[in-house]
Amino acid sequence: MTTTSESSLESQIEDLDAKPSIGEAIVKMARKQPVGVAGLAVVILMIIAAIFAPWLTPYHPEYNDFASMLTAPNLEYLMGTDQFGRDIFTRILYGARTALLVGFVAASVGAVVGMVLGVASAYFGGLFDLILQRVMDVFMAFPLIILAMAVVATLGPGTQNVIIAITIPFIPQCARVVRSNALAIREIPYVDAARALGFGHTRIILRHMAPNVVAPFLILFTAFVGQAILLEASLSYLGMGVQEPTPAWGLMLQGGAEEYAESAPWVAIWPGVAISLAVFGFNLFGDALRDTLDPRLRSR
Amino acid sequence: MSKYILKRIALMIPTLIGAGILVFFLMRLIPGDVCELRFAGTGLYVDQEQIDVCRTQLGIDRPIFIQFADFMIGFFTFDFGESMWTGNPIIEEVGLRFELSLQVAIMATIVAIIIAIPLGAISAIYQDTWLDYAVRTFSIAGIAIPSFWFGIMIILGLLIFTNWMTGVPWMPPIEYRPIWVDPVHNISQLIWPAVATGYRYSAVATRMTRSALLEVLREDYIRTARAKGLVEKIVINRHALKNAMLPVVTIIGIEFAFLMGGLVVTEQVFNLNGLGKLFVESVNNHDYAMTQALVMLVVLIFVVTNFVIDLCYAWLDPRIRYS
Repeated sequence: MTTTSESSLESQIEDLDAKPSIGEAIVKMARKQPVGVAGLAVVILMIIAAIFAPWLTPYHPEYNDFASMLTAPNLEYLMGTDQFGRDIFTRILYGARTALLVGFVAASVGAVVGMVLGVASAYFGGLFDLILQRVMDVFMAFPLIILAMAVVATLGPGTQNVIIAITIPFIPQCARVVRSNALAIREIPYVDAARALGFGHTRIILRHMAPNVVAPFLILFTAFVGQAILLEASLSYLGMGVQEPTPAWGLMLQGGAEEYAESAPWVAIWPGVAISLAVFGFNLFGDALRDTLDPRLRSR
Repeated sequence: MSKYILKRIALMIPTLIGAGILVFFLMRLIPGDVCELRFAGTGLYVDQEQIDVCRTQLGIDRPIFIQFADFMIGFFTFDFGESMWTGNPIIEEVGLRFELSLQVAIMATIVAIIIAIPLGAISAIYQDTWLDYAVRTFSIAGIAIPSFWFGIMIILGLLIFTNWMTGVPWMPPIEYRPIWVDPVHNISQLIWPAVATGYRYSAVATRMTRSALLEVLREDYIRTARAKGLVEKIVINRHALKNAMLPVVTIIGIEFAFLMGGLVVTEQVFNLNGLGKLFVESVNNHDYAMTQALVMLVVLIFVVTNFVIDLCYAWLDPRIRYS
């Protein structure tokens, strides 16, 4: 207890001074949250892999070298090749693009729509809130993957539809958390003041209330990116996600991985390591972010 | 209390109806119905008439609201009808697989508890030491590692290990035998998916145990217990851990309701013929009736679990009853 009160006092004193620069803030965070910075490093590594994939590997992700199928890792093929003679290292690099695309798009759309709905629900209250909350209850009663599978079945597989399928279950989760935060904000006089000034509902929700729920929003957002990557991998593994020949980590584990588990374990090992590391990175970073932004939620 | 129970039950009904509406119309939006798919599978030429006969037989040519009313009435009277793909009663198809999935779910829960409570307690007692960091990293890894990949790694590990030990690679048996028929066979098949699902499941429970115990350890009665000279072991086991269990039991309950989602993927890896696999098949076959029934089963389990948890809380804390 003493440490938190001390540190909050410290931060209050610091707030009295000029706002620290971004560089200082990063250094401060690195000292306080070494684990979170490790997570951030993994995330940055993944983004670099995704952007510079064509320069980091001599192969094309869809290039088949039929002369060397299921080759063990060597200097030519760093992580070996799969049953179609494709370089696994190359497909992991390009797979980062798919994972980040699905992760960021699904998490941003889901979190933004959820935030707007959550704030609106808290702001309007009454019947609107009641009905919206019951609808959210319905969505929350489904396990994530089952809802996502039902949506993919309706829309058909493919990257774009997978993104939609993953976004939908995120909306109620975010709305629920943001609503409870926004309920407290609604009682603060500046919202009344804004209303007294005759501002419209949209303006009050977007300009006055939404910016004040940014902390839970950011925390949820990083958690969502990790979850989305995992969910995309699961759907692709089940054959209901991203389709061949698009390089995607979950897809790389489908079919060949189990069949060749004994003779060519590298086919099964590397994509899983990539998924775990990516989700691990986002989770660690998200945890550190939560501890920094919202000390009340600490160590839960 | 009885008024609270009635209010809680009344709140369950809109959720169930809402879930029914959602799954019913979602399934109807899927292009191509079960009849088209069934004839497409034969590869022969089919005329429209045959498809129409099939649709009439299954009742999917009726007005959509009549179908919906039929489905909802069926659900509330526990009459789910027949699978549109195999034609067998749904209760029978589910019954065949329920045992297996339930056993894996229970075993996964046991694995999760065995991992979560001791590790969570260690993490809280040695807060901010390397032991605490190790446990927290282990539990975050549980959330990050996809359970299907962990399953593949378990199979791979077994193959390599048994091959190295005996010279003959061993795989878990494929065929399911109930635990009371052949317990050794049964356990040797189902323990692996239970571990793969349970590790992931334990991660949330470990974190919850840690934070709940940390909170309890700051209570006055813990100081009193220590002040009167009790051994630390007794203070932790008798006084602290017991009181920290309520939120942990809650989270285990909620996760249990969602275990079905985890099983969908794990059953695929271990080739188990359970409810998860049935769900994947019925979605792929556009078997409306089966998919609806399975989704409603999951939602029902979730709603009832939440209801029971809320009742326990209301029973323990009178403030909830009167709010």
